[in-house]
Amino acid sequence: MNRDEALARHRSMLLIRRFEERCAQMYVEGKIGGFLHLYIGQEAVAVGAMSLLRPDDYFITSYRDHGYALARGTDPRPLMAELFGRAAGISRGKGGSMHFYDLPAGNFGGDGIVGGHLPVAAGMGYSIRLRGTDQVVLCFFGDGAVNEGAFHEALNVSALWKLPVVFIIENNRYGMGTSLDRASSVRDLYQRGSAYGIPRQDVNGMELLAVREALSEAIERARKEKRPTLVEMETYRYRGHSMSDPGKYRTKEEVEEMMHHDPIQLFAEVLKKAHGVDPAELESIDKDVQAQVAEAVRFAEQSPWPSADSLYEDVYVRSPYIHYPAADKDPAWRAATSHDRVPESYPAWQPAPAPAKVEG
Amino acid sequence: MPVITMREALNQAMREEMRRDASVFLLGEEVGQYQGAYKITQGLLQEFGEWRVRDTPIAEEAIAGIAVGAAFAGMRPIAEMMTFNFSLLALDQIVNHAAKYRYMSGGQIRCPMVMRGPSGAAAQVAAQHSQAFESWYAYVPGLVVASPSTPRDAKGLLKSAIRDDNPVIFLENEVLYNLKGEVPQEEYTIPLGQGEVKRPGTDVTLVAWSRSLQFALQAAELLAAEGVQAEVVDPRTLRPLDEDVIFDSVRRTNRCVVVEEGWRYAGFGAEIADRVQRECFDSLDAPILRVTAADVPMPYSRMLEKAYLPQPEKVVQAVHQVLYR
Repeated sequence: MNRDEALARHRSMLLIRRFEERCAQMYVEGKIGGFLHLYIGQEAVAVGAMSLLRPDDYFITSYRDHGYALARGTDPRPLMAELFGRAAGISRGKGGSMHFYDLPAGNFGGDGIVGGHLPVAAGMGYSIRLRGTDQVVLCFFGDGAVNEGAFHEALNVSALWKLPVVFIIENNRYGMGTSLDRASSVRDLYQRGSAYGIPRQDVNGMELLAVREALSEAIERARKEKRPTLVEMETYRYRGHSMSDPGKYRTKEEVEEMMHHDPIQLFAEVLKKAHGVDPAELESIDKDVQAQVAEAVRFAEQSPWPSADSLYEDVYVRSPYIHYPAADKDPAWRAATSHDRVPESYPAWQPAPAPAKVEG
Repeated sequence: MPVITMREALNQAMREEMRRDASVFLLGEEVGQYQGAYKITQGLLQEFGEWRVRDTPIAEEAIAGIAVGAAFAGMRPIAEMMTFNFSLLALDQIVNHAAKYRYMSGGQIRCPMVMRGPSGAAAQVAAQHSQAFESWYAYVPGLVVASPSTPRDAKGLLKSAIRDDNPVIFLENEVLYNLKGEVPQEEYTIPLGQGEVKRPGTDVTLVAWSRSLQFALQAAELLAAEGVQAEVVDPRTLRPLDEDVIFDSVRRTNRCVVVEEGWRYAGFGAEIADRVQRECFDSLDAPILRVTAADVPMPYSRMLEKAYLPQPEKVVQAVHQVLYR
């Protein structure tokens, strides 16, 4: 990683952090509804992973999904608009926090069912084998998902048929309010890979460089050898499971202790030591990121509400094999389109120019 | 026109579509080397190889999930459920994933897959292996649900289901696999959502699909012997539903009996009865009746099984009631 790349990774983690801090505020103000699961504390995993993907690769994630989209480079404006339930939302106001998708970026989105997307990831991997390309699939899920039957079924067939899928457990130690030692018969979740004979690895998920090192190996294995890997990222979420969770199942001391291993702070040290980045530069990046997030909020607030007509859109695809005189009595069929929608593009955010170096 | 079985018709549909489109592939338990638990997939492994005819472990959620993921990523999977009873283990994949991703993504994603296999009663296999699933799946917006009753319909509808860009639940029936019928030699499809009058009549409309169509046709024969001409209407697809073919018939006969293999409670016949009473209220000369399975789990004993299922005699009784005989 050169200096510019390292700064870009830092910026990306900071964007997730600042974006989600604003999300929490907006939730308290009633601008965002439903469930809001924050990723704060886990940023190194999403940013490290996305920094290794090719544009034609796929990924699918759990519902704590803001970080992946931002790390992949999806514009924060339609993401914030989605949280606000507006028409310009990335999912047209139909998905909300748990359902960010961006197909042109290979983002098959946030899945609201714990473990439900693991077999889907295997299917995306199967499509790659059928087509004979060298794409890979990254599948992100929490420690709660490893106790679902879907985890077992998906890992077994991925190993059996050699599917190019990297399964990434983000072990933040709690499935909602149940700690890992109350939910899993083994503490080292990566060891579960041994049940399927697949390569497995335990990684400090707070360290961006460690995340990158482990995943670059796993991605290479998927791309070249078509073999899955199970990677356990040991990480931590600073906030509750969702906004309605006061987090009484863990101590304040534990949370504070983990904040000493903050992924953004840890990587800032790397930036300073290895790349000679000074505090003023970091400060200016932070300011710019905050301006970008403020712009996303402004955009979301100005976006219109979805029209009542859009309620029935996006249920079906209009294909030539349906008898429309019958189907079209149903508003969902009348509103069906034969094409898929592509998220709108907006002019790219222009970061403020770096401050002139002060000599002396 | 060649006369073939439902089994052969389904096999032809898959074989032709797999030849036509390389993105079509099949997966399920025993579909390959074993040649299909019910021999529907016979010979396909030999022609298309293991990546396109994939034997799976006994893992229904994986089967369905792989179909869903592959469909999201541009393929056209056909997931065979050995029987639809086991699809309950895959229900999350169908209801929460296949049916909803297009909506939740604001129209970015499509899921062109088929899940097919036998639904409904088999013969003396008891409660866990004998149940009708049309009401479960027809309930879900985002799905298409087809349930053919003849070899010709089975082939034409399955070809449409494979080519269609939506997730299609294709409910076959084990008892019908040996049913023979005429199937055109030339290429054809039958659009999803188009019903058909299977037997014309003037005195009462019997609405029935899949195996219950057999009960309705047999009842129509019995009724003809006593001078009652029953019209038998087969919607063929339950979502979307061809209301007009049913309404047109009821407006002529003024009476309607729905015959279904599923349970009465919240069953699909209630959906039909609801629509008919609303749209054909002025035409009806009697309440709409439903002949259904008994509202209990399916028993094993042959005698109890017969009592459980809708039988032609029960249909005749219901027709007598709506004719006030």
